[in-house]
Amino acid sequence: MRAALARLIDWPFEALQRALGAARMPYVFVLPNLLVFGIFVVLPMLLNIWYATTSGAELMPGQRPFTGLANFAELLDCGNYLNVASCRQDRFWRSVDNTLWFVAFQVITMVVLSLITALVLNRKMALRGFFRAVFFYPVLLSPVVVALIWKWILQPDGVLNAILVANGGQRVPFLLDPSWSFFWTVVVSVWAHMGFYVLILLAGLQAIPPDLYEAAAMDGTPQWRVFWRITLPLLMPNMAVVLVLGLIRAVQAFDEIYVLTGGGPGTATQYIVQYIYETAFAGQVHIMGLAAAASMLVGGVLLVLTLLQLLASARAKQ
Amino acid sequence: MKTLFRRTIMAGAAMLALPLLAAAPARAATELRIMWYSDANEGDVMRDLLDRFEKANPDIKVVLDRVPYKTITDNLPALVSSGQAPDMARVTDLGGQSSYYLNLTPYLKDKAYWETNFKDVLPWVRPAGETDGVYGLMTQLTITMPIVNETLFQQAGIPLPGPTATWDDWAKAAKAVAAKLNVPIPIAIDRSGHRIAGPAISYGAKFFSADGQPALVDDGLKTMARKIYDWHKDGVMSKAIWGSVGGAAYRGANEEFSNGQVVLYMSGSWQFGQFAKTVGDGFDWHGVPNPCGPAGCSGMPGGAGLVAYKTSKHPAEIGKLMDYLASEPVYAEFHARTLFLTAHKGLMAKGISYAADKPQIKKSLDAAFANVKALSPVAFQLQGYRLNRVLFTPLTVRLNQAISGEMSLDDAFTRMTQDMQDGLKAAGAK
Repeated sequence: MRAALARLIDWPFEALQRALGAARMPYVFVLPNLLVFGIFVVLPMLLNIWYATTSGAELMPGQRPFTGLANFAELLDCGNYLNVASCRQDRFWRSVDNTLWFVAFQVITMVVLSLITALVLNRKMALRGFFRAVFFYPVLLSPVVVALIWKWILQPDGVLNAILVANGGQRVPFLLDPSWSFFWTVVVSVWAHMGFYVLILLAGLQAIPPDLYEAAAMDGTPQWRVFWRITLPLLMPNMAVVLVLGLIRAVQAFDEIYVLTGGGPGTATQYIVQYIYETAFAGQVHIMGLAAAASMLVGGVLLVLTLLQLLASARAKQ
Repeated sequence: MKTLFRRTIMAGAAMLALPLLAAAPARAATELRIMWYSDANEGDVMRDLLDRFEKANPDIKVVLDRVPYKTITDNLPALVSSGQAPDMARVTDLGGQSSYYLNLTPYLKDKAYWETNFKDVLPWVRPAGETDGVYGLMTQLTITMPIVNETLFQQAGIPLPGPTATWDDWAKAAKAVAAKLNVPIPIAIDRSGHRIAGPAISYGAKFFSADGQPALVDDGLKTMARKIYDWHKDGVMSKAIWGSVGGAAYRGANEEFSNGQVVLYMSGSWQFGQFAKTVGDGFDWHGVPNPCGPAGCSGMPGGAGLVAYKTSKHPAEIGKLMDYLASEPVYAEFHARTLFLTAHKGLMAKGISYAADKPQIKKSLDAAFANVKALSPVAFQLQGYRLNRVLFTPLTVRLNQAISGEMSLDDAFTRMTQDMQDGLKAAGAK
């Protein structure tokens, strides 16, 4: 029966092999994946390049006049890069500035908290499985649900203000004050994604051979030294993964923040992806050329950052 | 055995053929799809009217795809530009994508009926440069206007400002009411450039230069923008509305008003139906005349229109449906049941028997009709301008940045002009 089934599947491949030769057969097997990758990754990237080098509000690529690097020149037109008000596209630079601060705070907080949580959850403790599930649970939630839950907590009439008022405190404009809004976008983002990184670090911790710890214990090595000399170096590959993924994800931050603050107040929590989205799709006139150019600049920066991270982690391994 | 086999085959064939036969008449019917958003009950009323149309025209089936308003503003334009438009849609950006609208004229029974009754609003949906042709049906005429919580005024013992009161008078009164009763928001204005435009026109904003070119920032607009800026500083307006979102996002204060947290809500006539439902007998509310400025007491006209797209394969059926919906009895019933203002001149003259059993609805509709009469010609010109959102969006975005303290009001005015020019350039406007 099994042989009959194999013969049934075999014949088209045998025919193909006869026609193409054995050396070309690997390409046949890779082709379906290549097609998916080509249609959903390469083609959109090429289209993005075309949009970035054309102008107008037309959606169809053929109807857009070619303008070369004009969109990039407009985005980069700044009197002083440290003063966003001097830039032609000040909202782009405000978004870049906001994103840099967000990435710095979010990634550092995320990595440190994930590491501490993973170390705690790696110990033998009661209800360990339950706590692991608790930390992973937010990852399973839709970003919109995450944002709505936090909005309910943080809005002027929200749960947090109700608690403050009930205890004799004053209402705090958590989502109406620029600094508070920024702070909460970091907190919500860390809360929503931390579980995923904890899981990666936990896997790394469990892969460290226990005999190293046993040897250190026999030598009477202090705990901080064990962490510094054994745990951290052996966890470095996982830390690099967490850093790179966290960095990329932080730059891509959009969905939960868009629902939570809408980028406000003003543009205090408008990050780069929201700028791209609003420029391309939210206005009456869709300025897709400028949005595509902005996305290419961001893509370029991300690529450089990722390479630097990988280089650093490779050096750390050596 | 052979007979049994033959019977089995025939029974199987019959079973396969039955659904095909049953589906045959259904397949023959033309299906029209309408992308539709609702503020209140208009989707239900429209469905009811469409059911009757389908009954009278069994060869046409109309599917009403109900979507959130955001889908109409954010997703529909992309669908239309990429040739994936539905047959018809209910839109509020009437002129923005008018180049894709289907000219209904060849498919209508009586073009003169349309021209007589919808003369003032037909230009709103026509493509640039087009002076003739029917490109859509206004499903609703709206006017921006304030709605007040009268119960709060009564409780505070402060009289409502009169019909010629200025925005400053209203701000003073609303602030006094809020202070006396500890209400958090004296005045709320929808976070939308369209909503500010009417008050700005009352303070002398022209929105167009003498040669008819768009010109967003002038002294009139600056005066009104400065008022809104100052009101945020001195607590007349709350940052909870304008400050709670960024960019060009729309934010209304419906919830806050329904919860009795707003003294005066500058929104529009489309809210009447919703407040009749959400406020109920909670408190007395009603629309009031638009506050005045030195240049008048104007709001902004607007509304929603049902348009069809050139990409539809069923223009004749669309014409038939549009004729049905525009016919006087059907159009009158739609407006009577939805409490919408009508764009139909004949019905305006005759009057519509609104299904309004509440005094606040009647009072609001009376105020709305009075406000329509007080509309400035600038308001009509701005509403009829195809790219008016290229003016409204920078007004919202930049004023909001000034309110949030990111830039001075003067810098915001400079940026508004620049954003408008960028938008016009991208749209290829001459």
